[in-house]
Amino acid sequence: MSKPKPKIKKEVVPVPKQDPKERTHNFNEVALGYAEEQAVAEAERCLQCAYPSPCIKGCPVEVDITAFIKLIRERKFDEAIRKVKEKNSLPAICGRVCPQEVQCQANCVMGKIGDPVSIGRLERFVADWERERGYETPQTPAAIGKRVAVMGAGPAGLTAAADLAKLGYEVVVFEALHKPGGVLIYGIPEFRLPKKIVESEAEYIEKLGVEIKVNAMIGKLYTIEELLEQFDAVFIGTGAGLPRFMRIPGENLCGIYSANEFLIRVNLMKAYSFPRADTPVFVGEKVAVIGGGNTAMDSTRCALRLGAKEVKIVYRRSREEMPTRAEEVENAEEEGIILEFLTNPTRFLGNERGWVKAMECIRMRLGEPDASGRRRPIPIEGSEFTTDVDTVIMAIGRTPNPIIQQTTEGLEVTKWGTIVVDENGKTSIEGVYAGGDIVTGQATVISAMGAGKKAAKAIHQYLMKKHTK
Amino acid sequence: MYKIVTKRELVPRTNLFEFSAKEIAAKTKPGQFVILRVNEYGERVPLTIAGANVEKGTITVVCHEVGKSTKQLGSLEEGDYIPDLLGPLGKPAEIEEFGTVLCVGGGVMVAPLHFQVKGFHEAGNRVIGVVGARTESHLIFEDEMREVCDELYVATDDGTKGYKGLDFLKDLLKEKKINRVIVMGPIVTMKTVSELTRPHGIPTIVNLIPIMVDGMGMCGACRVTVGGKTMFACVDGPDFDGHQVDFEELMARLKMYTSQEKLAFVFHEEGGRSL
Repeated sequence: MSKPKPKIKKEVVPVPKQDPKERTHNFNEVALGYAEEQAVAEAERCLQCAYPSPCIKGCPVEVDITAFIKLIRERKFDEAIRKVKEKNSLPAICGRVCPQEVQCQANCVMGKIGDPVSIGRLERFVADWERERGYETPQTPAAIGKRVAVMGAGPAGLTAAADLAKLGYEVVVFEALHKPGGVLIYGIPEFRLPKKIVESEAEYIEKLGVEIKVNAMIGKLYTIEELLEQFDAVFIGTGAGLPRFMRIPGENLCGIYSANEFLIRVNLMKAYSFPRADTPVFVGEKVAVIGGGNTAMDSTRCALRLGAKEVKIVYRRSREEMPTRAEEVENAEEEGIILEFLTNPTRFLGNERGWVKAMECIRMRLGEPDASGRRRPIPIEGSEFTTDVDTVIMAIGRTPNPIIQQTTEGLEVTKWGTIVVDENGKTSIEGVYAGGDIVTGQATVISAMGAGKKAAKAIHQYLMKKHTK
Repeated sequence: MYKIVTKRELVPRTNLFEFSAKEIAAKTKPGQFVILRVNEYGERVPLTIAGANVEKGTITVVCHEVGKSTKQLGSLEEGDYIPDLLGPLGKPAEIEEFGTVLCVGGGVMVAPLHFQVKGFHEAGNRVIGVVGARTESHLIFEDEMREVCDELYVATDDGTKGYKGLDFLKDLLKEKKINRVIVMGPIVTMKTVSELTRPHGIPTIVNLIPIMVDGMGMCGACRVTVGGKTMFACVDGPDFDGHQVDFEELMARLKMYTSQEKLAFVFHEEGGRSL
């Protein structure tokens, strides 16, 4: 008689979280991650679809998801993380910040009858499992004798660097800030992605033989042209780091921040520890965050933790259009963040010392879909109202960093300032590749990693071909 | 890590530092600035570059101790290292043959002004220099300026040396044909001189270092209104048309962290430990 098949649980194994009442007073991580038993139980829910399973098709870096989940089931955690790392050099990060619900998990067959398998939490589990035990020293291949320069130590650059190092290239990453990680270190807050994780993933990449040079701003310190004299190829992954403002009256009043400034102060400079860290940040009692994306959500939750009494998201569209990772909206609402939809600021009012004291807003309604496919917000005439605020954070998007484009002759750029590339990430200059937000405009960590991966492959092909010529 | 190869006290609490930074030195032009950090938990401090020596591979900055970070920098000695030094940032000053250039410097900014004056001098301009300070004992770089200026005036706020205040510029601007004015110094100085040159329609360039964090266009802390438009001093400047700058807004924004700065200073003075 055959054994009766165990019934597959439809519900996801919940992840322990810090209590909202407690966590709004600290910067410790909110989601605590699976313990071994929980991870194995969640892995048991995987249907092990045939390769390439639908989930893998949803992953921008094509992690062999079914295979690593199978290894978790078998409690072969070391093999599981090795499997993940075949494709993804930053798994502890991706497990925390990828929008899995619209990628791998959106395709999960289990999702048709219940909750999709929590692939992100499983990825995080194996990555943390390895980190806690110390990284395996990666096998470094024989040197090819060719050098590649990577601009920017963010998700795109680090991924390209790791992949190229694994192929035997000598890679130097040039980072303008004083720490590697890009948005992972300056943008995403500690409670969502602890910085020690970013630091140790960057260390792992250095273990692969990659040299990371901080305080090195390309375009100022060297031009791409000069780098091409020392390197066989160049990858540009300088991201979209320039803040957007609304260009409305009063925007330069004291107390009004770009989300970038606010988050750089809090995350990179650790202003939440001021004065034990030197950089201050100002958070008043009533904080308004303008925008509806992940950056807006991160800003509100930082402001709350820094002691604001009331923190409000002011978003010109409605909940359905929010381009936010679902878990983060849920977390923010649990923490008491107020969401004010269909509202847009029109001007800021200041006091006699030049500080913001109030904000005038207008109500919006949704019209026909625009270029982004989302319904266009239209102001409702005469609906203006004024509300008191003492801190405002503008989180309405970021644009590409322009320095390299301005200092590189012959580099083709779009009217939005992004770099033009072909399907393999090749730019208009021979030997120069680009990927991530500098090509697409502001997007996700994982899509930048996907672009870094693709470009690394293309650089390898280019240099192999050049070599045999 | 960047080594301090020279430290020289110019006047009490104002030091000249030469940092070993070969790559930065090779690219530095007058008008640009660096951002440095004194230690692992330090602020990112912007300082205007006062000189670069390509052969030695060094850059020079002059720093006056005003708060915690500048005081910590002042406590370092020759042979010490700082962890971070980024640059050269900002657009270089526009240096070409203009004719007669009036260069007005106040306080520590006389040092980076001197770097520009050398450039104007070499470009074939007649340079009229003004070195200013609060009081005689705060004057720096007077001799160095004299070497590269065709005429040099000294002014102090209290009149302890040279002219009292900058009012004498009114006559000077009437008497001499001046083609361009450069002002580097406290906001008040830049504002005052811009107002004095406005009726004469002389192009007046001011060098602005507002509060900054990254210094590469990412944060927007350094935004200034110039001619009704928002500019980022770090990437669009630091040089701007003094007749177009909203100095009132700039002054308010510079005071944004006054109380936190005091707190940090006291915390540090009382031996508070970093993270």
